[in-house]
Amino acid sequence: MKHLLAIDELDVADIHRLLELTDHMVEVNQRPNPKVPALRGRTVCNLFFEVSTRTRLSFETATRRLSGDVMTFTVSESSVNKGESLRDTVETVAAMGVDAFVIRHRSSGAPWQACRWTTAAVINAGDGWHAHPTQALLDAYTVRTELGRTGGFDGLRLAIVGDVKHSRVARSVGQIFAALGADVVLVAPATLLPVVAEHATSDRLDDIIGDVDVLYLLRMQRERMSEALVPNLHEYTERFGLTAERAARLSDGALVMHPGPMNRGVEITVDPAELPGSVIGHQVANGVAVRMAVLFDLLGSGGVA
Amino acid sequence: MTRTLIRGGRVIDATGERMADVAVEGGRVVDVGAGLGGDEVLDAGGCVVAPGLVDLHAHLREPGGEQAETIASGTAAAAAGGYTAVVAMPNTEPAADSRSVVDFVTARAIAAGRCEVLPSGCITVGRRGHELAPFAELAAAGVRLFTDDGSGVQDPLLMRRALEYAAGLDIVLAQHCQVDRLTEGAVMHEGECCSRLGVPGWPALAEELMLHRDLELVRLTGTPMHFLHLSTAGSVELVRAAKADGLPVTAEVTPHHLSLTDELLASFDGNYKVNPPLRTMADVEALRVGLADGTIDAIATDHAPHSPETKEQPLDVAPPGMLGLETALGVALAHLDMPLARVLAALSWKPATIAGVSDRHGGPIEPGGAANLVVFDPDERWEVAPARLASLSRNTPYRGVKLRGRVRHTLFDGRPTFRDGAVAT
Repeated sequence: MKHLLAIDELDVADIHRLLELTDHMVEVNQRPNPKVPALRGRTVCNLFFEVSTRTRLSFETATRRLSGDVMTFTVSESSVNKGESLRDTVETVAAMGVDAFVIRHRSSGAPWQACRWTTAAVINAGDGWHAHPTQALLDAYTVRTELGRTGGFDGLRLAIVGDVKHSRVARSVGQIFAALGADVVLVAPATLLPVVAEHATSDRLDDIIGDVDVLYLLRMQRERMSEALVPNLHEYTERFGLTAERAARLSDGALVMHPGPMNRGVEITVDPAELPGSVIGHQVANGVAVRMAVLFDLLGSGGVA
Repeated sequence: MTRTLIRGGRVIDATGERMADVAVEGGRVVDVGAGLGGDEVLDAGGCVVAPGLVDLHAHLREPGGEQAETIASGTAAAAAGGYTAVVAMPNTEPAADSRSVVDFVTARAIAAGRCEVLPSGCITVGRRGHELAPFAELAAAGVRLFTDDGSGVQDPLLMRRALEYAAGLDIVLAQHCQVDRLTEGAVMHEGECCSRLGVPGWPALAEELMLHRDLELVRLTGTPMHFLHLSTAGSVELVRAAKADGLPVTAEVTPHHLSLTDELLASFDGNYKVNPPLRTMADVEALRVGLADGTIDAIATDHAPHSPETKEQPLDVAPPGMLGLETALGVALAHLDMPLARVLAALSWKPATIAGVSDRHGGPIEPGGAANLVVFDPDERWEVAPARLASLSRNTPYRGVKLRGRVRHTLFDGRPTFRDGAVAT
């Protein structure tokens, strides 16, 4: 594996390898001194053309725990608009000597373009509406661990609820769960679904909520209201929100997930802390371990220990 | 006066084909036959000799976009592609909505001398879609085709008025069919591929709705209309039905819509971004059928140069457009399963009629006819190398692709503008 750009560019063996590596990284993170020398002398540049403090911190922490050096380059929209191109930025930073770029960009495809202008490894930390493979890996890892499904997700029922159309998380999560054998259903009104969906779809959460093993809620962005995609947030919550009534219908052992940050009162009206199946906090913790696994897989040498 | 001889070619025009030498003198064909002589000989062995190609749709970018193309470089590209006449699109800066811009384009083209440039005019002032451009004034300056290309005329009342006012001026209104509200932020064809790539889609419906509106306006007003770069199977069906009803409409298709699909965007390479976007194989096949059965009259390049730095931007930011003049013939011969004469009709004599220049382009190759000619090897396979293109820009979608059919010589007004595979200086 030279880059990590999208889940649909991985084969199932790659996914299993990364998830197994994550097990090792979780073990590293539980040590009193959670640090290994695997990336010593390696430099990872976080190139964030779109603000995402959580993802950036997660990658920075992962790099440091592997003893790699971190450069962080946060480009505000305004300075990009002043004329420096993606190519100039990538080539300039590459000239300083980096082994990997972690790229977040508002435009779908930007990490693929970056690959043409550098010989360093490129990790996609989220591009446009397109892909967010480390989020998908950490979500798959979370389910694998919580449900003890190390062999795969055959027969597992996953519902992804919300604004699938504009969500890189939904695309990547749907792909990784399907690749591991799960049955994926996208739950949203047609206005929030891609015109051609990769998975089964439904616009009735109530019809399926009692049957799912994992309920994955997406963030509902307020600006979608102005685009006439849903009439108003109240109606959205009525039809697609995780309300107390719906939470009560979840089957025993069903997991509730969310990539964060949550819109309380919109996609979820119950306190996730009071939901027995909520693993939202575990998702964040696993994020560091998954990113360590990815960095190690792309750049590491020697053993994990 | 120099007598130029095109020796040993297979002459094909609208009247048929024969093996013959063609002698040219003083801008005219003076003799067609066997064993002719001349002062200057152009070898046409193994080649087709045909009327020069006519492009209904080229963006030459001058004035205002000279970093991407100039009239000199664009007409060099035209000569390299076998063209002797190109219609220059009016979306320059300033736009061609006044006599001064039209006269400027004409003068620059005459100075360059590589092909005839037919300036088109805007339908609306500044292409802003609010007021009609002065059709009669521009027609008096030689403008025949009027379009707001780059965008469509959104306002149905304004479009109706344009068609009503144009009646009797012997001009043709040409529409870029796109309902803007349905394509806001759109980057590529709306379908399976854009859904997978997380890229905003440009639905076929946005083209077909405006096409349908305009066909009904033609039915209402009786004014002829031309439809630019049709890209969908639905559009072919609409035009087919309109022609069956006897409506005075013509249509064009680009080489790229006859050969490429939206799957190419999976590379996120801005060179595959174009407006209207590359669509599906089903659309490509419907367009080929439409061209073969005459529903679509002409192949037009929509040659749209853009500098590399603009095309290297993220896909949603990069401007749409592809080079076309130098590859159109090679793409057409590589991808179309049509008799050679039918392909040439779509590239030469039919567009010449639509552009109103059939007195000097696309006509039969016979004594007295204008010496605007192309000589090409219909079987030569060649690989497109962007660095070797005559255009100032490099945004061809055929980088490294093998095409079939290569221009050897182009003669404009009796003079070689492209000779033995190189632009004549």
